[in-house]
Amino acid sequence: RRHFMFLRWKQQQRKEKLALKKKRRKEREALGDKAPPKAIPKTIENQRVYDETTVDPNDEEVAFDEATDEFAPYFNRQTVPKILVTTSDRPRGRTVRFCEQLATVIPNSHVYYRRGLALKRIIPQCIARDFTDLIVINEDRKIPNGLVLSHLPDGPTAHFRMSSVRLRKEIKRKGKEPTEHVPEVILNNFTTRLGHSIGRMFAALFPHDPQFIGRQVATFHNQRDYIFFRFHRYIFKSEKKVGIQELGPRFTLKLRSLQKGTFDSKFGEYEWIHKRREMDTSRRKFHL
Amino acid sequence: CSLFSSTKTQNFCRNEFNLTGLCNRSSCPLANSQYATVREEKGDRGTPGAFLPGKGVSPWKELPRVGLPLCPQVLLSKNYEKALEEIDENLIYWPRFIRHKCKQRFTKITQYLIRIRKLTLRRHDPQEAVRDMRGQGSDPQEAEKALIAAQLDNAIEKELLERLKQDTYGDIYNFPIHAFDKALQQQDAESESESDAEREEEEEEDEDDDEAVDKREFVEAEDSELSDFEDMDKLETSSEEEQEEEVEKKGSHSKWKGKTPLKGPARRKRPYLEIEYEEETEPSTKTKTA
Repeated sequence: RRHFMFLRWKQQQRKEKLALKKKRRKEREALGDKAPPKAIPKTIENQRVYDETTVDPNDEEVAFDEATDEFAPYFNRQTVPKILVTTSDRPRGRTVRFCEQLATVIPNSHVYYRRGLALKRIIPQCIARDFTDLIVINEDRKIPNGLVLSHLPDGPTAHFRMSSVRLRKEIKRKGKEPTEHVPEVILNNFTTRLGHSIGRMFAALFPHDPQFIGRQVATFHNQRDYIFFRFHRYIFKSEKKVGIQELGPRFTLKLRSLQKGTFDSKFGEYEWIHKRREMDTSRRKFHL
Repeated sequence: CSLFSSTKTQNFCRNEFNLTGLCNRSSCPLANSQYATVREEKGDRGTPGAFLPGKGVSPWKELPRVGLPLCPQVLLSKNYEKALEEIDENLIYWPRFIRHKCKQRFTKITQYLIRIRKLTLRRHDPQEAVRDMRGQGSDPQEAEKALIAAQLDNAIEKELLERLKQDTYGDIYNFPIHAFDKALQQQDAESESESDAEREEEEEEDEDDDEAVDKREFVEAEDSELSDFEDMDKLETSSEEEQEEEVEKKGSHSKWKGKTPLKGPARRKRPYLEIEYEEETEPSTKTKTA
């Protein structure tokens, strides 16, 4: 019937396409060297709307900014990160387990459960006890769905939406647990100014000197405004070949807002908020 | 009246003194000469029960709509049962409907006040419990498509290899590139003259030693932990192993220190190493390097 006809039409289309490809390939071979160069397929990354805040690696202004912003003490090796991981009130099993795993992945982190303490009151206590970062995992209907990352002595606060959380046992791998070694950090594709600052926030979670013996690497990969977190163990099989094995939880984040000070949703000064109607106009425009 | 509002299923009366909230002939304060309500007394949402028997003398009708509480308000007791009795006493000869509705309303008010008190104790902080953390942008598969486009594994591998090239790992990994190439060249030349090759190899060894002395030492430290003479024998016979493979395997053993059980070859102490080199020069199994 109609479905059948549609399938047949589709098959035909596919055949035609194949035939076209073959013809083109033959032409190219026939021409040999003179053939025109292969056309580059258009991808969203190719077509990305140019963002004026893209950071140039040699940009002085950016370099100066980074030398004087809130992460400077970290990057100058003056402070060692110490992280507090907590959740929203009354976390459920999955969130609890996720917090534990996160704590093993990030060295020098501690999990504390919250029995209804307001964040505003926690923050001065944390600062008093020398914590450098605060991570709050927000939970809804028994699954973690949000992450608030706040750099403590008065640093920026980033609020993410978290999705696609996989605990360690759900990942198909045969590795063991992450060890205590300090992992390396890979930050991919954080191009714009905003992306740069977020990238530094992530970098500031991990101690500065990775222990290469541990061969562990934590990756924050930004693609189309989604940040994917993965935790792997790698082995160099030879010079040109490396094998990676995934351990550790994985999750994806999407930035919702970035605040200048510590967590304060009423009076805080927002550096960036994701405004859905305004910012999602083009499919090829990304902010991070 | 102007206080009338209606929805699909109900007609409501917005009059603040209305007993049931609905706009009925029997519940409308404007339509009845006798009327009484139960209300919350101000002061902290504490007590229900400003309770006004209204209108006895019907001044109500003279002030339509503005609805002032004309008649004495009776403060009901805090005790639930006593308050119910008080309602009954005060409205003793009033129509059953009004009495009943008053009591119902009183019950409702006490119940919601209890709930309010409980909730304030629960410290529910609406700031953080954000409900609207749903999904992603306009395209429901946006995240998945981004994931596919990201090709994470490849990206990570590439990054790691780049770091290896840029020598961020220092001397941990034993891939002596230059030595490898030289060895290749020398092995080709070797087929012409063995003695030459030996000399070259020795030179090469020295160079290698210079380059990778620390590597050797690093490896040595491990070797000293484990030495199997059986393995030695195997190694001497299987002299096909080339330098690179040796070193590589040692390197790889260093990595697998404690992770996987050590397999097979290569636990050689340094003196034996040198012997091996000399042996290697003899057989022409250098094709393995290719």
